[in-house]
Amino acid sequence: MRETLQSLQRWAERRLPALTRYRRPEKLPIELHRRRIYIVPTAFGLGFSVLLLVMLIGALNYANNAALLLTCLLGAASSASMLIAFRSLDGLRLSHIHGGHAVAGQPLELTLTFDSRRPRSAIRLDLGECRVAFAPGPATTQVKLSLPTEKRGWQPLPRMRLWSTWPLGLFRAWSWLHPDQAVLVWPRAEAAGPPPKAPGDDARHMQLHRGDELAALRDYHAGDPQRHIAWKASARHENLLVKDFEQPQNRPQWQLDWRQLGGIDSEARIARLARWLNEAQALRCNYSLWLPGNHIASGSGPLHHARCMNALACLP
Amino acid sequence: MSGLPRGRSTEPPIDSRAFDLLCLTMALVLGLHAMHLPWWLDLMLALVLGWRWWQRRRQSGHVPRWIKLPMLVLLTLAVIVNYGNIVGREPGAALVVGLLVLKLLETESIRDVRVGVSFACFALMTALLFDQGLVATAVVVLGLLPALATLRALEPAQAPGSLQRSLLPGLTLLAAALPLALLAFLLVPRLSSPLWGAPSRDQATTGLSDSMTPGNLTDLLTNDNPSMRVSFDGAPPPPDLRYFRAYVMWTYDGRGWHYTPTPPTTATTPAPIDVDRAIDYQISLQPTHQRVLPTLDVPLAAPAQARLQADREVFADKPVNDPLSYRLRSALRYRLQPTLDDRSRRLGLRLPSGFNPRTHALASQWRQQYGDDDAAIVRAALALFHDGGFSYTLAPAPLGRDAVDDFLFGTREGFCEHYSSAFTVLMRAAGIPARVVTGYQGGYWNELGGYLLVRYSDAHAWSEVWLAGRGWVRVDPTAAVRPERVSLGAAAAAGDQLAWYRNDWLQGLRNRWDIVNRWWDKGVIGFDALRQRGLLTPFGVRNTDTGMLAILLALGSLLFIAVGLAWALSKRHLRDPLRASLRELEQKLARKGVARTVGEGPRHYLQRAARALPMQRDELVALMRSYLELRYAHDEPPPESLRTFQRAVRNFRPVAVVK
Repeated sequence: MRETLQSLQRWAERRLPALTRYRRPEKLPIELHRRRIYIVPTAFGLGFSVLLLVMLIGALNYANNAALLLTCLLGAASSASMLIAFRSLDGLRLSHIHGGHAVAGQPLELTLTFDSRRPRSAIRLDLGECRVAFAPGPATTQVKLSLPTEKRGWQPLPRMRLWSTWPLGLFRAWSWLHPDQAVLVWPRAEAAGPPPKAPGDDARHMQLHRGDELAALRDYHAGDPQRHIAWKASARHENLLVKDFEQPQNRPQWQLDWRQLGGIDSEARIARLARWLNEAQALRCNYSLWLPGNHIASGSGPLHHARCMNALACLP
Repeated sequence: MSGLPRGRSTEPPIDSRAFDLLCLTMALVLGLHAMHLPWWLDLMLALVLGWRWWQRRRQSGHVPRWIKLPMLVLLTLAVIVNYGNIVGREPGAALVVGLLVLKLLETESIRDVRVGVSFACFALMTALLFDQGLVATAVVVLGLLPALATLRALEPAQAPGSLQRSLLPGLTLLAAALPLALLAFLLVPRLSSPLWGAPSRDQATTGLSDSMTPGNLTDLLTNDNPSMRVSFDGAPPPPDLRYFRAYVMWTYDGRGWHYTPTPPTTATTPAPIDVDRAIDYQISLQPTHQRVLPTLDVPLAAPAQARLQADREVFADKPVNDPLSYRLRSALRYRLQPTLDDRSRRLGLRLPSGFNPRTHALASQWRQQYGDDDAAIVRAALALFHDGGFSYTLAPAPLGRDAVDDFLFGTREGFCEHYSSAFTVLMRAAGIPARVVTGYQGGYWNELGGYLLVRYSDAHAWSEVWLAGRGWVRVDPTAAVRPERVSLGAAAAAGDQLAWYRNDWLQGLRNRWDIVNRWWDKGVIGFDALRQRGLLTPFGVRNTDTGMLAILLALGSLLFIAVGLAWALSKRHLRDPLRASLRELEQKLARKGVARTVGEGPRHYLQRAARALPMQRDELVALMRSYLELRYAHDEPPPESLRTFQRAVRNFRPVAVVK
């Protein structure tokens, strides 16, 4: 049933874009206004109007003016709630979208920033199966959503529905948000495989760096060990100087290279490289990455990792 | 359509706020209906409601079916046993309220709550079928507040607030909806005849009854509700002429007086009358479920859909089941039936034989004493009441078989019906045609509203005697005993025998408050198909038909839609507060001769102003700096600095340079 409806909806959007208000992707910021907010009564709203009709006929039949007044009041309040529903969306502005990092197959966290000049209540945002409700304050509001991902690479953001049944649940106002923005999905790492081929000079390099090698002198800070103070040098200066030792280079140096992975197809290569990148990141070692058309010099840290993964994700 | 709501998916259980508000709504509905439900049902439903509220506070979840089903069966059985059926107003209301409370037992999802609220709205409306007074309607409208608050509480992501505060937005919504509601109320075409059977009027008739047996007025005399309101064209008649007649009673059976529906006189035409002074007035009568329409003294003609009886009582064609207004013209000084036909004379003298021997003896004694002077006999009887040790009380001692003898020579206490009955019997025994008239006497003159408020407690009985050359003359023997009864009204006559809530100042308040009730009765409850057709009379349209009403309703609704849309689409926030503030500064400076020229930037302009007003140079330069910073250093000016700038502009007072 649900699938049928969805396929029908897709068909309708394809064939009748004017009717179903299919909106092309558009640039941020997106501000909701009257030409893109739609309102229909909810099922409850329809039921309630039937009830109002019954009440109206009853009051008229029994010539009971107090009951008629009550019915008119309820009816007028219901109609007014339609305008309130509209106003709860009108003027709301989606200003930024920030995508997090996610591996293909895992949900990606999106942070949407909404601007609102006045407080609103009970705004809901649907993105596929992910639904959140939020109440924008008088300034910016950040809404977190998770976006399902399937494969690596640039993934355009899907259409999102912003809707509200505020205040009474009788009317449903909605608008489509289709930002012209894409998020980069990282490749999925393979589950298991061979370790990267360690360069032969790696071990020697590590030994070379063992030991305390004086690198520089710097100003004394509270907490520095006393034995590191360079007394002789300090005597010639106003301040105490401290011997700064280079940290022992105990991290391995990995050189990850696309060209070394012969004999397997490119997606498998990407998956293997992604696993290695993750392992390198976990071991906190330095690594460089060579990809066709892109060489990333040796480095470490989350930014470096993200750079390498981005490059992997962007491979054709 | 893509935007249509999806089917009900897995709904989370509702939170406690929504449930509490729903319980409050139901409690209000129950309270509004409590008056006309049997007390044990009230108690049971209140217990169920309280228990369910307490139970769900501890742990949310459905009430098991084995509790719900027996309760449903029990409720239906109770209604059937108590009322005999489930159709009709009372059993229907009992069933609706009962089902509503039982619905609470299975309320767990949003959908349940919405169904419950809708149902509660309907139950609130049915409360108005019992009482559509102003207070009842106001309470019912207030009952909508928790219902609306419940619906709001179902929406996700709201700022938390107290229970009381959550009721306020509903009030705002209702207030905003009031103009449209009033328009619809005025213009929704009324039905001239009901589509299906009007509700059964199974309540007891209120007001005067068509017989007067000892004690049956007592209930009425302690009923404080308004019976009718009378507005006069011109000045109201003085208090001693405020006699409103309903029934003229000829038949006495030894116990009480009865109205005979068949005309006692052979002629079905109303008794002839010579009018000296007449008055026009309008009466708004509360429903009595009887046909009689009280009139001021002797009416000259019947209003529409009513008939003048032989004794000039007015009877409507149908029982008065809804508030009714009618216009009349009545004689204040008159000669009613100057010549009495034989049949009337016979009826006016008839007494059952074998009752009240001492009364007969007294009457014969008077007849011998005064000869043919009927008026002297009337005076003698009034003198007897005045000086014979009689007293006025609403709780007289009971009377025996010879009721008039016991009263005149024994107990000597009673109220209007005793006095009028005894007086009429005395007169008949003395050979003077006499009859009893019941109706209302007195009333409270509402200065502000310009109308006379007559309550049920103003019910009164007096006598009429036929005197040659004068026709039927009203004689009020009660006035002989207690003159205040006529000049001040029933409450004053009863003295301290009345309940505490009828004491003076409270009664005064109630009398003044009555003007609101009258306005409500006239303006809202009495606004029927007839009044609606005359709605446009001030604009020259005599008969506003249904089509016209529909057009007006559509036009009016369009107007309100336009107003509503203007509100919804208004974009106050698009105003640039910084720009507005600068404009304010420009205006201040322009008044001192430094106007901004076309194409002049703010920097250049303010620098020029600083040169032109050297006294305030620093101030202006500071303003310019902060403006430039607010405008160009940020995407959006930070609110704090913006406020500072606005305050600075507001406080800036340019001082002109004396050149």
